[in-house]
Amino acid sequence: MLEIRNLAKSFGGVKATNDVSLDFPDGSLTAVIGPNGAGKSTFFNLITGALRPDSGQVLLDDVDLAGRSPPEIVRHGIGRAFQVASIFKSLTVQETMLAAVSADQRTSAVLHKRFPLPETRDRAEHVMELLGLAGKRHRTAATLSHGDQKLLDIALALVLEPKVLLLDEPTAGMGPEERWRMIDKVRELWETQKITVVFIEHDMDIVFKIAPKIVVLCYGRILATGTPDEIRNNSAVIDAYLGTDHAGAAA
Amino acid sequence: MTELEAGRAQALAPVRGGAALQRYRDVLIALVAFAVLASLPLFTGSKALLDFVIRCSAYGLFATSLNLLVGYTGLTSFGHGMFFGLGAYGFGLIMQKLGVPIPVAVVATLAITAVIAAIIGAICVRLKEIYFAFVTLAFQMLIHSTILSWASFTGGDQGLRGGIPRPAFLGINLANHIHLYIASCALLVLGLLAMRQIAQSPFGYTLRMIRDNAARASFLGIDVWRAKLTVFVLAALFASMGGMVMALFVSGAYPEFAYWTISGEAIFINMLGGVSTFLGPMVGTVLLLLLNDTVTRFTEYHGIVLGVVILFFALGLRKGLLDFVAEWFSQRRDAGEGR
Repeated sequence: MLEIRNLAKSFGGVKATNDVSLDFPDGSLTAVIGPNGAGKSTFFNLITGALRPDSGQVLLDDVDLAGRSPPEIVRHGIGRAFQVASIFKSLTVQETMLAAVSADQRTSAVLHKRFPLPETRDRAEHVMELLGLAGKRHRTAATLSHGDQKLLDIALALVLEPKVLLLDEPTAGMGPEERWRMIDKVRELWETQKITVVFIEHDMDIVFKIAPKIVVLCYGRILATGTPDEIRNNSAVIDAYLGTDHAGAAA
Repeated sequence: MTELEAGRAQALAPVRGGAALQRYRDVLIALVAFAVLASLPLFTGSKALLDFVIRCSAYGLFATSLNLLVGYTGLTSFGHGMFFGLGAYGFGLIMQKLGVPIPVAVVATLAITAVIAAIIGAICVRLKEIYFAFVTLAFQMLIHSTILSWASFTGGDQGLRGGIPRPAFLGINLANHIHLYIASCALLVLGLLAMRQIAQSPFGYTLRMIRDNAARASFLGIDVWRAKLTVFVLAALFASMGGMVMALFVSGAYPEFAYWTISGEAIFINMLGGVSTFLGPMVGTVLLLLLNDTVTRFTEYHGIVLGVVILFFALGLRKGLLDFVAEWFSQRRDAGEGR
């Protein structure tokens, strides 16, 4: 279980994350929503070690990871994908996967053998199949479509076999149809892989449809947490964020 | 076997055999190259040609090692020549002052280079692009001025004079021109083979990941700093080897070997030959030395000619010669697949 306890981070006078405490039980799927500048990405950056929290704890199975480096946190089992696909542009899909498995198996500094190591194949192959990238294995990452680059980014996180997967706007920059395909994929991954998934999303229709639990952030604080129905009818959320459209739709 | 599994087996087959095959292929190419180079003295008595190959060995090792940094890791060092100078001076001084057997001096020089490279690297590899370039350049200048000012030890601006003793070992007499030639070729081929192995190892792919996206690499659990430091030291060792071949060839060591222009030449070579292929710098080495030798024969303004050639490659082709060839081949292959 991932437990966040009193996490805080300020930039100058701005409290980007302000005393946030949350529990993500094993195998849960949670959406994080909130207006621009609500501190969603900062929240992810604090958990994954890209930023060092001012105070608070990030407990994964009772081990405090707050303030540790990204490599350490990844090794403890928190993987992430990025808002803008963060990939290795000159490597092929297959090379990317194989190299990532090598990193996870701690063979990324091996000098005397040839790449790829045989023991990295099965996992790389499995994840490529899972995300539908196997047919594009020999494509250089830079030549992939935007959607496939996002999938490759998720594949990079997934191939490390994380306990918790953080997805920063998996559907960013996609058209409506592509969005649904991507989010179906995310849901499918969550169901088949039995991992804890937390994702940031702007599209309310998507959030309300697939997330069993929703966290609303606003000015670095938790405005509300709950099921889609609870969130839809929460007056604070409606005032701050949703506006009356969704409330009306729900009524 | 389902269709999917069949497809998978098919897709994996070339990769599975590939890694091992690639290694044998590289060794085979190295053996053939060595055989060709080593048999050259049987066909020609031209001392100038053999000298040319020895110089290519020294510069080739040096320039290819720089490509491990520039091409594979994205670390553009402007001070890589310091390790070339360090190799030449370290080896020359050990031979002159201690009179140990040559292999001992070689190993000792490599050990000294490794220690110094680890210290300088630990300071430099944290720095971002332009700062890394500047600070490596600064260290190069520091080593150069140390050589100049510590005249009692290094001979100052005169360099190491009086020749480097080259006692015979294991039946190899490096004072003999043919022996020196064969040894240089052997060192070149072995050095290239070792660097090729580094480039194609899992570590080599770690370097490529760091070049493409260091932040992402660290989110995969890679210690970026450690990997950069490792390759910085490895590259320094091969540059040092190049410096030792040079010291053996000229039987001395001179401050120019440690001056920043030697780093500049290695960067020129990489631009000429290209950094996207392993052998690009080797091709660049041959090109630069050929240009150097022919142009200086015709005009004293050889700097201008070389400058124009570099500009042509940098602005005109926007890539090195072997990059150009590699691209042409891959385009042809893609066109073939398209049909």
